[in-house]
Amino acid sequence: MYSQGLRDSKAGDDSPELLEAFQKRIDNEEKIEPRDWMPQAYRQTLIRQISQHAHSEIVGQLPEANWVSRAPTLKRKLILLAKIQDEAGHGLYLYSAAETLGESRHKMFEDLLSGKAKYSSIFNYPTLNWADVGAVGWLVDGAAIMNQVALCRTSYGPYSRSMVKICKEESFHQRQGYDIMIKMAQGTAQQKAMAQDAINRLWWPALMMFGPSDKDSKHSGQSMKWKIKRFSNDDLRDKFINATVPQAEYLGLTIPDKDLKYNEKSKTYEHGEIDWNEFVNVIKGNGECNQQRMDARNRAYDDGKWVRATAAAYAKKQQKNEKVA
Amino acid sequence: MPNKNEARYNYILNLADNTLVLGQRLSGWCGVGPFLEEDLALTNTALDIIGQAQMLLNLAIEIKGEGTVDDLAFLRDQHQFKNVLLVEQPNGDYAQTMFRQYMIDSYHVHLYRALVDSSEKQLAAIAEKSLKEVNYHKERSELWIKRMALGTSEGLERLQKAANNLWHYQHELFENSEELDKLVKQGIAADPNQLQQNWLNDVSKLLAKTPIKTPQSGWRATGGRLGHHSEYLGKMLCEMQFLQRAYPNCEW
Repeated sequence: MYSQGLRDSKAGDDSPELLEAFQKRIDNEEKIEPRDWMPQAYRQTLIRQISQHAHSEIVGQLPEANWVSRAPTLKRKLILLAKIQDEAGHGLYLYSAAETLGESRHKMFEDLLSGKAKYSSIFNYPTLNWADVGAVGWLVDGAAIMNQVALCRTSYGPYSRSMVKICKEESFHQRQGYDIMIKMAQGTAQQKAMAQDAINRLWWPALMMFGPSDKDSKHSGQSMKWKIKRFSNDDLRDKFINATVPQAEYLGLTIPDKDLKYNEKSKTYEHGEIDWNEFVNVIKGNGECNQQRMDARNRAYDDGKWVRATAAAYAKKQQKNEKVA
Repeated sequence: MPNKNEARYNYILNLADNTLVLGQRLSGWCGVGPFLEEDLALTNTALDIIGQAQMLLNLAIEIKGEGTVDDLAFLRDQHQFKNVLLVEQPNGDYAQTMFRQYMIDSYHVHLYRALVDSSEKQLAAIAEKSLKEVNYHKERSELWIKRMALGTSEGLERLQKAANNLWHYQHELFENSEELDKLVKQGIAADPNQLQQNWLNDVSKLLAKTPIKTPQSGWRATGGRLGHHSEYLGKMLCEMQFLQRAYPNCEW
């Protein structure tokens, strides 16, 4: 049980000695485990981050599921279904990882449904043509991998271990996305136009997935010190851009950033200004699909209420029968 | 196509279309299941079922000697589909989906058990692989029937409604014909009379443990094998076939 850890870390209980010993463990690259003492703020930061990550997986099912019924071949349909199923599985590991910190899945889910909890802004954009399914795998999962590979070494044990498994699956997702993009970019003029349209709409939102610029990131400093985060938002974003621009070139697609240029000296790409107003707006709930995504999640939850109730009632009766027997 | 092949082709295509259409329906629950574990499990079922469709369609084109699996899935019109009407019925609520699933799972279990011994070697191999999957599907849908019928009163009410809606679609699963009878005698196809007996046996045994009443008489679904479908199939295919129809001859 994690009650020990919970009791030890009530707010205001964080003595300098405990904090110092904790930081020492972090500095020594020790993993923090559920029963270990941890500062209340460390616990809260992790609950917030891991549950947001879990919510992103669950809401992220929706824009992809939008194309399951219309996948162009049986093979593509199977791959897409399996991929979305993986995302739901990631949600499950992550909720479990967050539960080890003392937060119930039910509570986290309620926070998502009420709009209190956040999820990745990218899923508030629509998937409008088949190439979007490719671009989501290539760009969105590609950006997620940059974040998640770094998180494999995060200081909290259960989070770090779930990331190792998730990364393996995400890298497969990214490859299947790129495989769709290759087919589209090398296909007919109409297919190529779909591919360009997809990157035009999804490029900037994908860059925003790394979060605010370092100078504006309010959670970053402490998270880096606690090694929850291991790289800054801007570093990961740059890494993503440097990996992705040559892939777009190979596809013959244009990155929709007129200011993008290669710096010969640093051997890296420099990107144009990100529209942070748009980012903040989408986070606040004013993106194109925020309402639609929340409605879909709430509808599924409400429609499932009687199903969960009847399953629970049956399980209870079974337990009772077993006792009698 | 010689007559002999045509009968085999029609038979395989009926089995293939049952799984293809059901798989398309089931995948409609992906991402919006009643809870996370169930979302994963039902998507798994959809994956298995579409996988079976792929294998069966592949066998169909081998018999026919032309075309691709995707030609059959995406370029036939609804009157060329040979599935039973049961599988094209809308998902409705979870009771409707699960009652439909239980009906087809019980059918699949007995079907594949019989086909494991088919003289059509590839069909026997497909049946062997699929049997493992559908045994598990049936275990799950059976549990859901119990959970709904013996859980809350709302569960029971919804399941009864689903049973009333779907019961009359069972007959079509066991329809016989001269053509089918010949295939049974050749040891290729499963005997529909035997299947029906086994199916009724299973289903009545389970339902007897619940308060669910099955409607005794009424309209009987028929016609799927001849390409006569309900209104639902055409709309489903519009969506499923959209890309291949709007952008023909593309690689995807």
